[in-house]
Amino acid sequence: MPSATSSQTIGPFWHLIEHPEWADLTRFGATGARVTLTGTVVDGDGNPVTDAAVELWQSDPPCDESFPGFGRCRTDERGEFRFTTVKPGPVPGRGNAQQAPHFAITLHARGLLKHLVTRAYFDGEPLNETDPLLSSIEDARRRGTLVARPVTDDHWRFDIRLQRGARGESETVFLNI
Amino acid sequence: MQGEREPVPFRPYAPGTQPAYDVPAYGSTHKRHPQETLVRLPHTTTETSGPRFNPAHFPPIPDLSVIEGKSALGERIIVHGRITDEDGRPVPNTIVEIWQANASGRYQHPGDQHDAPIDPNFRGEGRVYTDDAGWYRFTSIKPGAYPWRNHHNAWRPNHIHFSFFGPGFATRLITQMYFPGDPLLALDPIFLSVPDDAARERLVCALDMTVTEPEWALGYRFDVVLRGRDATPMEA
Repeated sequence: MPSATSSQTIGPFWHLIEHPEWADLTRFGATGARVTLTGTVVDGDGNPVTDAAVELWQSDPPCDESFPGFGRCRTDERGEFRFTTVKPGPVPGRGNAQQAPHFAITLHARGLLKHLVTRAYFDGEPLNETDPLLSSIEDARRRGTLVARPVTDDHWRFDIRLQRGARGESETVFLNI
Repeated sequence: MQGEREPVPFRPYAPGTQPAYDVPAYGSTHKRHPQETLVRLPHTTTETSGPRFNPAHFPPIPDLSVIEGKSALGERIIVHGRITDEDGRPVPNTIVEIWQANASGRYQHPGDQHDAPIDPNFRGEGRVYTDDAGWYRFTSIKPGAYPWRNHHNAWRPNHIHFSFFGPGFATRLITQMYFPGDPLLALDPIFLSVPDDAARERLVCALDMTVTEPEWALGYRFDVVLRGRDATPMEA
């Protein structure tokens, strides 16, 4: 049997399939507490990545007719993306483990021959302390790259850094899934 | 005990079938590839579940070759193929997103500055769904080759961009389909980024006379394989 098909870059012209409303996961009438997630994507020189597609998936709350669970947003000329969605709850982990609430994030861009995967957790969630992924990362600065910071009660910020910065800023933890 | 809710993970990618992140011949990877080792994450519900696209919310766009009854310029083509997993099982009712340049090698995109004509009757976005047996099909025009600034006199081979989702977050795939016999393939750092020869060649579609329509359009076949589930010991 053949193996999975090879990945190729999304390239700089993927906006032909862009529909800006996809960044709002509440547009079909989802119920629940709304949250906004914003962030900036920067490259190894600290320059904004202005042509990326950021995708968000959350397995909680379960998707249905009113909630797609999935969103896509471009990065703009400042490298910024913005999603409107519903705050996720805890998700079952492997075995008896419980995972802290999180968004799964996919990054596609020119220069990425295959997409990057990361997660955005929520600062201050008690379950973060026992989350299997967060607890597996010993370096606190690296672990911190997986945690969104509150701007207001319902607005969280999650910046993505593709490489370590000139002033030692940590590269975002990317996941091999 | 294996609980009912324990998700069945997807299989690791076969060695050599996926490009690296750091590919020096493709200049844009230089400042964008991760330098730290990726953290391995055993699949949980987050990775084994994935979005479902309802055609009522995301309507099909199965013909890219016509806008409001007016035909795009270029060589009309029909592209079809079957989406299966690594066990050969069809992936039914899954969304396929498509985008491409026009016949002159120009994207309907403000970022594309190539001095080739825009075609008012070609936008370049398609969207179809596989049927119950995993087949998809759309009509378009053959995209042109175009220059890019990766190196001196760099030209991309003719290609169509594809986006697939499959059953889980971990089966997400974005790729490009190429055309048989294109001499630019041997010069293209993006195509050549796939290390395994056989895997790379599977990105090239095949002329398919069974879907070619006389006096109308050439047919091509492009089959796609998404990750299969890891076999559990009990199922082996």
